[in-house]
Amino acid sequence: MLRDITLGQYYQTESVIHRLDPRTKLVGTIVFIISLFVFDNIWGYLCAALFLAVVIKISHVPFKFMVKGMKAILFLLILTVGFNLFLTPGEPLVVIWKLTITKEGAKSAALLAVRLIFLIIGSSVMTLTTTPNNLTDGMEKLMRPLKVFRLPVHEVAMIMSIALRFIPILLEETDKIMKAQIARGADFESGNLIKKAKAMVPLLVPLFISAFRRANDLAMAMEARCYRGGEGRTKMKPLVYKKRDVMAYLVLLVYLAGGILIGRILL
Amino acid sequence: MPIILDHVSYIYGQDTEMSVKALKDINLVLPDGQFIGIIGHTGSGKSTLVQHLNGLIRATEGHIYYNGEDIYEKDYNMKELRSKVGLVFQYPEHQLFETDVFSDVCFGPKNLGLDKKETQLRAYDALRKVGLPDECFYQSPFDLSGGQKRRVAIAGVLAMKPQVLVLDEPTAGLDPKGRKEILDQIAGLQKETGMTIILVSHSMEDVAEYVDRIIVMNRGEVMYDGIPAEVFRNYRELEAVGLAAPQVTYIMHKLRERGMDVNADATTIGEAAEEIVKAIGRQSRVSTPGWGGNP
Repeated sequence: MLRDITLGQYYQTESVIHRLDPRTKLVGTIVFIISLFVFDNIWGYLCAALFLAVVIKISHVPFKFMVKGMKAILFLLILTVGFNLFLTPGEPLVVIWKLTITKEGAKSAALLAVRLIFLIIGSSVMTLTTTPNNLTDGMEKLMRPLKVFRLPVHEVAMIMSIALRFIPILLEETDKIMKAQIARGADFESGNLIKKAKAMVPLLVPLFISAFRRANDLAMAMEARCYRGGEGRTKMKPLVYKKRDVMAYLVLLVYLAGGILIGRILL
Repeated sequence: MPIILDHVSYIYGQDTEMSVKALKDINLVLPDGQFIGIIGHTGSGKSTLVQHLNGLIRATEGHIYYNGEDIYEKDYNMKELRSKVGLVFQYPEHQLFETDVFSDVCFGPKNLGLDKKETQLRAYDALRKVGLPDECFYQSPFDLSGGQKRRVAIAGVLAMKPQVLVLDEPTAGLDPKGRKEILDQIAGLQKETGMTIILVSHSMEDVAEYVDRIIVMNRGEVMYDGIPAEVFRNYRELEAVGLAAPQVTYIMHKLRERGMDVNADATTIGEAAEEIVKAIGRQSRVSTPGWGGNP
C-alpha cells in the first residue's frame, strides 16, 4: 500500500543516465521543464515527447514505475484540466447542461495536461536514476555561487539530503506500526472521514515519537563524528564532469534548439 | 484448532528487479497448545512467515488454514482471525500511543467491539499476567523502563485473548535479566492458559530452554523441524548457516569426544548437569581412572 509511492524514489539499475553527473541531470531537468513552457505548438511537444521517450528508454527504468508516480498527482491533474475545460471563455464547442466547453478551453486544458504529465515524468526520471546523496551533492555544487549572497548552501543541501533519506525510513516505520496496530484490531480503511481521522491517532503518535528519536540519534551520531557544518569540509568522491556529461549537454542543446526551431520551420 | 500452512510462498517486491523470494514452499502444521520456537538468521524469512499467520501478509502462492478454514477465502473474517492469532511485533513498545498504560492495553479489546466493562476486565487481567506492578497502570507508557514498556505491549495483544500468541523476537535489546524474566513469564502463561505460543528468535539459548519444538528457517525454507534435542544434533550444519546450538550442546559433545559416557542430547544447563553427574556415577562404579575420585 505505502510502497506504491514512487515519487522521489531511486530505482537501482545500470544505465548511462544513472552514471551521468547529478549536475548534468539537474540542469537537464530544469532545461526540460523550461522547454515545456517555451514550446507553443504541437511540433515542439512532439519533440519533447520524443526526447523524454528516448531518455526513459536508455535509463532502463520500467515505464510502469513512472506512471505509478503519476497516481499521486492524479487529483491535481483532473482538477486543473477540469477548471480549464469549463471555465475558459471563448467560442463554445459543446454544451452539457450548464457547462460549456469552449475551443480555447479544450486547447488550454490539453496543453496543461501534457505539460503537467511531462513535468512529473521528466522530474521523476531524474529522481529515479539519481541516489538522493548524489542529488544533493549536485545541488550543493550547482548552488555554490549563491554563497556570495550568504546563502548557507551546504546546510540547505544537508537538510535536504537528510529529509530525503528519512522518507523511506519513515515509510517503512509507518508500514510496521500500521501492521502492529492492525494486529491489535485497528481498522484504517472503513468508516467515514471523522472515524478515519481518529483511526490515524494510533499510527501518528508512535510515528512522531520514532521520528524524533531517530532525529535525536542522528544528531548525536553526527556530532560524535565531529560534524560542524560545511566549513573546510572535503568530499571523498568529488563531482567531476566526464565526457558523457559533455555529450549530454550537447544533446540537450540540440533538443532545445530543435524544439524551438521545428515549429518556426514547419508552420 | 491448528494452523496449517500448505505450500506457502511469498515474494517481496514482485515484478521489480529487486524481487526477493522470502518464503519458498513452506508446509507446516502448528497444533494447539504447543510451544514452538522459530529460529533463523537475519533475513531467513522468519518474520515474514509469522506475519502470514494472522493474514497481515498475503502469500503469493499457497493456502493457510486456521481452524479448518482457508483464511484467503473471500468472506473470511480477518478481524476475528487477528483476535485469535495475536502477533507481538519486534520492538512492540514502539507501537504504544495512549496517554496511560491501561488505555493502551484497552485498545485491542475495544477494537473487537467489546463493552467497556469487559474491555477493562481484560486489560486488567492481561496487565497482571505480564507481571506489571499495579502502580504503573495509570502512568504514561513513555515513562516506563524498556522491559516494562515491552510488557505493556505484550499485554496489549494478550488482552484480545488470543488462542495463538506469536512473539517476534520478544527479547531483542533487553539485558539478560530482562530476557529471562520475559521468557519465564511467557512460559508460565503457556502452562497456565494452554495457548499455543510461537516464539521467533535468532538465539538458540533463549529458545532451547522453553520450547517443545524448533523450526529452523534458512533462506526462506524450513531447514529442520523437530524437538530441540533432535535439531541440535545437527549442530555442525546449524553453524554452517550462521546459527549455533546452545553452549551446553558443545560441552556435551566435547565431553563425549574425550571419552565420557554422556548423552549429548541435553539442551539445557539443568539437563546437562544431571547427565554429567549420572555419567560420573556410572564411571566411578567401574572406577575408570581419571573420572573417579570424588564426584
